[in-house]
Amino acid sequence: MAIAQEDDQVLKAEYGKFALTNAKIYTVTKGVIENGTLVINNGIIEAVGANVQIPNDAKVIDVAGKEIYPGMIDGGTTLGLNEIGSIAEAQDYREYGAITPQMEALTAVNPNAVTIPVTRVSGVTTVWTMPQGGVLPGTAAAINLFGYTPDQMYAGQRGIVMNFPSTAGGRRWRRLSEDEIKKRQERAMKEINETWDKAELYAKIENAEDVRNYPEIEALVPVVKGETPIFIEVNAAQDILNAIEWIKGRGYKQVVLTGVAEGWRVADEIAESGYPVIAGPVQAIPTRSSDSFDAAYANPGIMSKAGVKVALRTMDNENARNLPYHAGFAAAYGMGKEEALKAITINAAEILGVGDQIGSIEVGKKANFFVSTGDPFETATKITDLFIDGYKVPMTSRHIRLYDEFLNRATGVDKTKPAIEIKKK
Amino acid sequence: MKTKNILLSLLLVLCTSAFAQEAPKGDVLFKGGTVLTITNGALENTDVLVRDGKISRIGKGLRAPNGVETVDITGKFLMPGIIDAHSHIAGSAINEGTSQVTAEVSMEDVVDPYDVSIYRALAGGVTSIHLMHGSANVIGGQNETMKLRWGQTDPDMLRFEGAPRTIKFALGENPTRGARARGIQPQSRMGIEMMLRNSFSEAQEYEKRWKAYNASKDPKKVAPEYDLRMQTLVDILNGEVLVHCHSYRADEIYMLLKVFSDFNIPRLTFQHANEAYKVAPELAAFGATASVFADWWAYKLEVYYSTAYNAAILHENGVLTSINSDSGELIRHLFHEAAKTQKYGNLSDDEALAMITLNPAKQLGIDNRVGSIEVGKDADIAIFDNHPLSIYAVPQMTFVDGVKYFDINNDKADQRIYIDPESSIEEVTLFEKMDYNHRCMEGAAIFFGQNLINHQH
Repeated sequence: MAIAQEDDQVLKAEYGKFALTNAKIYTVTKGVIENGTLVINNGIIEAVGANVQIPNDAKVIDVAGKEIYPGMIDGGTTLGLNEIGSIAEAQDYREYGAITPQMEALTAVNPNAVTIPVTRVSGVTTVWTMPQGGVLPGTAAAINLFGYTPDQMYAGQRGIVMNFPSTAGGRRWRRLSEDEIKKRQERAMKEINETWDKAELYAKIENAEDVRNYPEIEALVPVVKGETPIFIEVNAAQDILNAIEWIKGRGYKQVVLTGVAEGWRVADEIAESGYPVIAGPVQAIPTRSSDSFDAAYANPGIMSKAGVKVALRTMDNENARNLPYHAGFAAAYGMGKEEALKAITINAAEILGVGDQIGSIEVGKKANFFVSTGDPFETATKITDLFIDGYKVPMTSRHIRLYDEFLNRATGVDKTKPAIEIKKK
Repeated sequence: MKTKNILLSLLLVLCTSAFAQEAPKGDVLFKGGTVLTITNGALENTDVLVRDGKISRIGKGLRAPNGVETVDITGKFLMPGIIDAHSHIAGSAINEGTSQVTAEVSMEDVVDPYDVSIYRALAGGVTSIHLMHGSANVIGGQNETMKLRWGQTDPDMLRFEGAPRTIKFALGENPTRGARARGIQPQSRMGIEMMLRNSFSEAQEYEKRWKAYNASKDPKKVAPEYDLRMQTLVDILNGEVLVHCHSYRADEIYMLLKVFSDFNIPRLTFQHANEAYKVAPELAAFGATASVFADWWAYKLEVYYSTAYNAAILHENGVLTSINSDSGELIRHLFHEAAKTQKYGNLSDDEALAMITLNPAKQLGIDNRVGSIEVGKDADIAIFDNHPLSIYAVPQMTFVDGVKYFDINNDKADQRIYIDPESSIEEVTLFEKMDYNHRCMEGAAIFFGQNLINHQH
């Protein structure tokens, strides 16, 4: 459905009081309301139910025949930090240096990135955008996909990203021997332990008089104190076990494991640890050539069934809009529709520490939701309306505008033929 | 003695021809499913009989002849095996990037039957692929159309016998990047156009020299030098080799239409063609076709101004369009990619499915053999438990020439047919989009921006 601009009219987001009526509402946490009304006021969900009083001054939107879902949340992207993959100048998620946890993804987000509207018109309203590379690449942030400054987009959570040393081979053409891998691991763990030892020491002495300015270590202190979560990127099975052991040894309280591509191999251990996970991409090839073809598709379902709290991510940028299809594949290969929907709504919100604000349609939560023609996992379903942070966001993006211009393009002038025939006398 | 020798040699010839390999062909009766014919609508509760690798009957209440196995597909969906018109799986090398024109090389020499990606593609309902040369050069090597007969270790057994010859061309950032790294032409789109025109002109002169030599009755005539590269270009000019051109920007697509017009080459397929929608009327007027991504964009400057509605716009403007993967990951869910034309566009079920069956078959010149469920066509068939355009569709079985190569109920995890005895550790490879998926530039670019790590198309 390409609802785009007419001529030079620029559609602007609207704010205020709205009532969406005759909708099938998937609250996610409180069941499905077959035929209900959703009232929002100044960014907050004021009422939702089958028999809700519609305020006189609300703008009424009749969505009969359609469905309402909480805005989808992508648990891992570089959205807003990168516009064109092949151009170094367009990339802002990777800073030089292995230990740079103080780098803030939030401030570097480009709120006007073309990729943002393209993503939100597919119903993804919030993403976790992450620095990449090195050991401690920086501080990730949750952002809503509407706002003119990073602060306006900020969705309420930041977290330290840590890339746990990997035993995985990585490149096809680089094969390290077991010894070499072990040595690499030991060196990496030594560096990591030294860094966190410093952080723990700094936490004790930071209020002393002559403590020097040490941004890399200062950024880690909130994790030591349990105030900020740490997101540990770890994928190979043995690495996941090593990471769990390391974290238990350190005793940090707020921990999330991300990636967990081989989580299915150690699902019970992850469940036992109590740590939640952000898994994905689901549409990915198996980590080993000996694995079943559907290892990545089935991964989230296996972990979920073992008792792990699972959120999903695309680990994409310009195609974070495909989040519902990653979830759809997870659903089809063992997770089930209900759990898969939770994985991209309430679970993701709770794991990102903003479960009291978004992730479900409940009174008091923020108005982050979309209206669709049907099951958002089904590819042919179209999104017709979008609310982010209480703003009714126009359903337009550069892709839609290009569709409107070129579906039936102006013919243009054919210069091979004369414009007018001049008759010779 | 002489007769003995003759008899012996005859025997030898007979023996070797008896061992001359033919692709295995099967017989099977599929009963009671929804048959998505592509050309004749969706037939419910219908049977399909396969004899000797060909579809022999489509109808209701068919009975299995003696010795023919019946496969019950009640409640399931049967469609033509999916055809990926742009693939780099099953190839041990992708780019001969040492020159900007390498028409003489061919992917048939680097087919790797041991690539487990073949099996994984079968598990996604794919039966045929167009194994393409990379995009490092303006005129690349010849491609190989293949059938995914997993388990065959002789590369020749994976050929799609009788498929027309095709060749890879490339425009835009990939070839210019390679040339910039080497300090040669073409480093701009201007240079690419002239390299094409120059190559075709030289080929025409080469052909003239040979024609003159062949026609000459001079007993002392000397043959011109034989040049396989030039000969291949001559074959292209004479319409014997179908050109598939990697391209993105609308202006370079238009440029190639003009070049092909000038050299009288009527058939042309643009690959990727992210901006083809901007020149859809021109493409339709020429009769050129497009093989595109469902929604990939923004990984390079030349795809920054794309739209996911590309396939739908082309289709509505009368351009024959297919959807391809160019990826060992995406190939496994092309049925899902095709459905995106119903999200980014309003294509019908048959139109969407044609994007991954009949349309690529036409672009590869194999539509007389595959691409739809019709009597007489090859029994390349994929069975799904739900309608293939549904996100919940899980491929159940995949057949090539009536032989089953994938069965989800008989699918052991480790499908490798060769394990390197010298490998000491089980290699775990993480989802790095570059490594497994996008090989178009592999081995070609000497230097590229660090951010090409994510996509190399």
